[in-house]
Order: sequence, then C-alpha cells, then structure tokens
Amino acid sequence: MSQSDLKKTPLYEAHVAAGARMVPFAGYAMPVQYRDGVLKEHLWTRESAGLFDVSHMGQARLRGVAPLSAFEEVTPGDFIGLLPGRQRYSVLLNRKGGVIDDLMASRPDDDGLFVIVNGACKDGDFAYIADELVPQISIERLEDRALLALQGPKAVDVLKTHIPECAGKVFMDSWATTGWGVDVLISRSGYTGEDGYEISVPGHAAERIWIALLEDERVRPIGLGARDSLRLEAGLPLYGHDVDETVSPVEAGLTFAVSKKRRDAQDFPGAARIARELAEGPSRVRVGLKVLDGPPAREGAEIADADGQVVGVVTSGGFAPSLGHPIAMGFVPPALSAVGTALKVIVRGKAGTAQVVAMPFVPNRYVRKV
Amino acid sequence: MRFTKDHEWVALDGDIATVGITAYAAEQLGDVVFVEVPDIGKTLKQGDDMAVVESVKAASDVYAPVSGEVVEANAALGEAPDTVNAAPEAGGWFAKIKVSDPSQVEALMDRAAYETFLQTL
Repeated sequence: MSQSDLKKTPLYEAHVAAGARMVPFAGYAMPVQYRDGVLKEHLWTRESAGLFDVSHMGQARLRGVAPLSAFEEVTPGDFIGLLPGRQRYSVLLNRKGGVIDDLMASRPDDDGLFVIVNGACKDGDFAYIADELVPQISIERLEDRALLALQGPKAVDVLKTHIPECAGKVFMDSWATTGWGVDVLISRSGYTGEDGYEISVPGHAAERIWIALLEDERVRPIGLGARDSLRLEAGLPLYGHDVDETVSPVEAGLTFAVSKKRRDAQDFPGAARIARELAEGPSRVRVGLKVLDGPPAREGAEIADADGQVVGVVTSGGFAPSLGHPIAMGFVPPALSAVGTALKVIVRGKAGTAQVVAMPFVPNRYVRKV
Repeated sequence: MRFTKDHEWVALDGDIATVGITAYAAEQLGDVVFVEVPDIGKTLKQGDDMAVVESVKAASDVYAPVSGEVVEANAALGEAPDTVNAAPEAGGWFAKIKVSDPSQVEALMDRAAYETFLQTL
C-alpha cells in the first residue's frame, strides 16, 4: 500500500505538527514515535501520563431486542450478566474455537452494546458479527468518532480537570458523559498495564480535545512504538502476533474471558475444543520469557529446550524499557511452561539463555477500588 | 571521514579503518539497546553483514563499508549500547578493520556529498 492510500485519523495533522514519525499501521498513517523517541515515551507513560491516538480501532454500537444475549453467540463471555456502566474484555471465536479478534464491549448507557475491536481486523469482525447476528441485532459503525487513550499514574488527576467524575470510577467502568462540550464515551481501562482511560469522542472535536489534554505538562503524546513495549511489559497479547485464528483462548492464557456459566453451557463457537483443552490441557501455552543474555528475541525467533531441541516460537518480544533487559512472549508445550523453566531463544543462529517468568512482567496498576 | 549510502562512516588511519553508523542513522534508529559487533579475525567483503544494531523497535543490519579483516571490536557497546546515540561518530564506533583495498575508502562519499545525499531522502 502506498503512503497516499493510507487513511488518516482526525489527529493526523496534530501528529505531524508534533514531529511524529508516521508509519503505515492497520491501513492508517499512524505515529510510531514523536520527538522523544520510544524509550522516553515508554518511561513517561509509566511515571506520568501518556496520550495515544488509537482512532484506527473499530468502534460500533450493537442494538436490538436483546443485544447482550445475541453477543454471546459469537463470544464466550457472560454478556447477559454485564451490568450497566461496566466493560468486559472478550474474544470473537470461530467455529474451531480460534480467536478472530479480541475486543472490549461495554454498556456506557442504555443504547445497546458499545464495542471496540482492533483496527486491522475491524472490517472482518463486523462482517462476521453481521453474518452471525443480523437481523437479531443491528450494527452501527461509529466511523466518525476518534479514540484517545490517556494512560499512566497521573491520568486520573489530568482527566478529572476535564471530566470530574472520572476519579470515582474503577477499572473497567464505562460511562457516557459530556466533556469539552461534546458527547464522550469513556472507560477506565487501556492496554499499557497502567491506570488510565480510553475516550471516544466525535471526530470533529478530536484535535481540540487532544490539544487541551496536551496543554497539561504531565501529559505527552506517545506513539505506537511505546504502546507496543508497554503492552508487552504488561503481559497483554497483541492480536495478529500472539493470538490468531488458530489459537484458542485457553492456549493464549485468556481463559478468564471464558465465563464459568458459558463453560458449563458450552453454547459458543468452538466450545467443544475449549472444553477439551480446559479438561485435558492444551498442546501449547503462551508464556512470558526473560532473556538473560544476548540480544532481544523478537517475533519468529525459535524457542528451544535446555538440550537445544526446538519447542516453540516467540510471538512478540523486545527490549523492556522499564526493566532494562529483553523480554518475550511465545508458545511452548505445557510441560515447559512452569515459572523458572530454563529455555533458549535462537537469534541469528545463536542460542541466548531465557527463563519462563510470570506475566505481567511489570506489575499492573489498575485501580479496582476508590 | 567517508560515508556510504547505507549510513556507515569510515575513518582511515594508515591501513586501519574505524567504522560506525552516522548520526543520521542513529537518529533514525532511535534508542539503541543492543549492538552485536563482529568477531575479531573475521574477514569481511565490502557490503557483507558486519554488525547488528537493535533499538526498542527493531533490529537492523550494519554492512561492512570496506573489505578487510576485523582487528578490534568496540566491546564497550556491550555495557553501553546507548553510546551509539550519544556519540555515533566517535565513542559509538563498531569495529576497526585492516583494509585490503584502501581505494574503496576513497571511492566513498565525503561529508559534503553525504549531506547532499541526505537531502534527497
């Protein structure tokens, strides 16, 4: 795809003006970093507040007579039990129990279900949901809305100067409100492991809101490069890398997204495979690796056991700015997945030493109580 | 100092060429977190893979700007890879190569030509 075919978010001009390096991502021209660079942007988010443009992600409203129960036909989550004002992480499943995409679904108001999916998958996701669920539900894609993420320990103090009630919310709360003179949909969540918010705003107001948030000296703009290193440290899988249509939620370490009630009912796509994996264990599992010596092990690097036998592959990895050493995620057989297991990662033909460690690599700081 | 289109620099003292990556390359890579320098004694042809430099984002190959034998590698980059960002054309050097054909160095761009080349990117 040539640069001119790329779509632009409503914040494109603001990124360029801020010195961003723009790269193609999910069909959009997106900022991979600003003038500070990935390392400083990453550390700033962990110590203060980072502002991200994630408007490439797919936002939609699902409406109908009973949109919550309808949504259970394509996911393994307990959506019938999703309370107003709450958000849930879930996965779209295919009939083989593989993950089509991961997503956030919430009830910010009484207007059905508000869904946010990955940018690279959004057309396929909504086509699949439509195939399975229309006419039980209708899908309205909110392509005129932008999505901002404000992440970091100071996000709450920054945002409460604009949206006072945000300080009283907890992790995975979701609500509709008015801010900056327009309608906004907010959740207290994100994908960095930090406390923070994801804020859906009308596209025409996005640049004004972006600038208003950046006027606070605690906030700096953060690119996709640091977004990736932050989510890696947080142990969060990236769809298309750590999870794809062949991977089940059990293999991916996302069993928490398969609700107890739904496990018993086995009433979702691929339920038989998932029940079997829960009973007998999967053939591979996603683990976290600390690379003890040598270069970073990145996506595609082979994982070997202590004898040098290849047992798996790295699905994402890199240098962890908050830890000062390389980390990775990858799939290995369950017998080699226990914390402390010594493994090797093969980079450019040389075996580096690695060890299975618990994820998240950096403790998350979600606010579950206020 | 001479320069390649792949953004390596070469400084020739006698028949020993000190090589590294340019300030432009270091800026483009961003924060360097790991450098794999060549083994001493390795014989390189001009254009061969010589080293690997890794930023938070990605790994990039560095090519030998001249042919010859590696006589020294910058071991200090193991502990302080960020020297490549701080002093790319000084303390951030990668290797010293005993050149087999000094005319290869003369054929590379001088600084004025390299800076003109950067304007075209």
